[in-house]
Amino acid sequence: MTDDVRQRDEARAAAGQDVPPAGQQVEAPRPDEVDATEGMAVESRSQWQLFRRKFVRHKLAMGSLLFLLLVSFTAFNAEWVAPYEYDEINVVMRSTPPTLEQNHFFGTDQLGRDYFSRVLYGTRTSLIAAGVAGLIAVAVGTAVGAVAGFYRGWIDSLLMRLTDLVLIVPLLAILLVAATFFGRGQPVRVAVIIGLLVWVSLARIVRGVFLSLREKEFVQAARASGATDLRIIFRHMLPNTVGPIVVNLTLTLAAVIILEATLAFLGLGVNPPEPALGLLIEEGRSAMQTQWWLILMPGLTLVAIALAINFVGDGLRDALDPTQRES
Amino acid sequence: MASSAMSEPLLSVRGLTKHFPLTRGVVFRRQIGSVQAVDGVSFDLHEGETLGLVGESGCGKSTTARLLMRLIEPTAGEAIYGGEDIFTMSRAQLRRLRRDIQIIFQDPYASLDPRMTVGSIIGEGWEVHPDLVPKGQRRAEVSRLLEQVGLEAGHADRFPHQFSGGQRQRIGIARALAVRPEVLILDEPVSALDVSVQAQVINLIEQLQDEYGFAALFIAHDLSVVRHISDRIAVMYLGKIVESGVADEIYERPAHPYTQALLSAVPSPDPTITRRERIRLEGDVPSPANPPSGCRFRTRCWKADERCAEEEPALVDRFGHGHPSACHYADVSDVIGSSGQE
Repeated sequence: MTDDVRQRDEARAAAGQDVPPAGQQVEAPRPDEVDATEGMAVESRSQWQLFRRKFVRHKLAMGSLLFLLLVSFTAFNAEWVAPYEYDEINVVMRSTPPTLEQNHFFGTDQLGRDYFSRVLYGTRTSLIAAGVAGLIAVAVGTAVGAVAGFYRGWIDSLLMRLTDLVLIVPLLAILLVAATFFGRGQPVRVAVIIGLLVWVSLARIVRGVFLSLREKEFVQAARASGATDLRIIFRHMLPNTVGPIVVNLTLTLAAVIILEATLAFLGLGVNPPEPALGLLIEEGRSAMQTQWWLILMPGLTLVAIALAINFVGDGLRDALDPTQRES
Repeated sequence: MASSAMSEPLLSVRGLTKHFPLTRGVVFRRQIGSVQAVDGVSFDLHEGETLGLVGESGCGKSTTARLLMRLIEPTAGEAIYGGEDIFTMSRAQLRRLRRDIQIIFQDPYASLDPRMTVGSIIGEGWEVHPDLVPKGQRRAEVSRLLEQVGLEAGHADRFPHQFSGGQRQRIGIARALAVRPEVLILDEPVSALDVSVQAQVINLIEQLQDEYGFAALFIAHDLSVVRHISDRIAVMYLGKIVESGVADEIYERPAHPYTQALLSAVPSPDPTITRRERIRLEGDVPSPANPPSGCRFRTRCWKADERCAEEEPALVDRFGHGHPSACHYADVSDVIGSSGQE
């Protein structure tokens, strides 16, 4: 086997794809052939079926979704899954690297607390923060952007100046002040505050798309059939904005997890010893040289979740777009 | 045609004007001028007839179409439909109007929502006007409409991107017909299509007109396309109608120099005809933001003199043919030589 073939196979194995036996000629189906047959099979499917089918066939997105579901499920059932309590101290097993002994998969920290359990509880905190902040950001951002782009005029100017205002204030400074006064030790409140600050980019994107869509002839045609503003917004314009919204949402979710981690890192967000991914990373940072697992394990978890969210977003965007060919 | 000319017009447009403001400044916005897209257009549309509206791009044809659907608000003028002025209608009346008047757009690629199936595109009007077709029969009605415009019933579940330009335009026609309009505005319905497909679509429109009996306002930039389908024709230049009349009159006895120039550019289908004289127009269409004084065509007209710059010619019947033209020096001439050939 030549080097590059081996490399390719390793890459495929890493990506969870089937690795053909060595030496065998690999023949990928030509894309046009695949499309020709499948295009006909799809003809009489409803939009929902089409969407589901396309999403399920998007391997990376499906894998990421399963991974996220698994992570969420274990994190939200941490009481039953975690081998230890997050603040349970075992002085004998202090600073143990990852081991199967006594189920310390991720090792233990300086106080002998089981790190796997702490990461699990921390993931829960971070996921709640991301979910709440993401929902708020999407709801507010889409609503503001849609109204501004659809009605234009003074309402657009008003909303966009408001958006600019939120955009120019230093995010971290506001977050620090707000978190200190309203959110200390309350991850959900911190998440609400984050959500109320990060909707601006989505609002601008949605406004831009709406501005261009409202001049499109199919929107004019809908208006010419007597459709109301609400109908035009919900039936014609929002569905055509889903791509940008989903992409922005995935970016926002990943950013929120990291923001929340930053806050925790700065000592806001959650109260120690309650863990959050950001807090764990901060704690691990001081011992990076000697106890590498303290930063690596929560760090990898954070990266994996953020990546998975992005892949799911990709899959969603492609599956929701009927002009995208099936891949 | 003669009888329809006698009866009360279905749609009567008087002095329709649309000036788009040109503004400068963001905070302290001030108007520095206006684009006179449509300037005092008047015409009548009778039941079941086809009026062709012809002119170069930028002369205000599409703006006229959008004004009549009230997709944009006019600066002045009125359009009487069913005894009511379209431009002062209430919301409820407007909803009703948008059932009675439908529009087919120029670009078949932009006029269908890419995220909706063909079936839901065609059926959308019934969701706005639920009394038209009962819910249980909508699927069958979509199939019937699809077959009527030359597509297959099974196409209802497909998406617009799976169709060609001509097929998409047929879908647009089916959508317009779904609400059974009295008036159909066709905004350059074939100019984005291949020549071979153009004829098919025009024939389809004629055939559907026989069946449904709608009146049509057929907008085009090409006189040869319009002649085939129109009963009467109005020629527009820079926001104004410069000549109007029964189709054969316009073709055989064009009086306005602009109409003559347009006609001389129509290619002859008969190669044996000795090459007739082409009238070549000099220069570009002047900017509608700053139209010429007097006659708007004078900057490109070979007959223009001082009078044209000072006095705007009225659109009046100058020769008693029932065929008004807006030129001080209107002069009937048979540009295409058709009367001798037929």
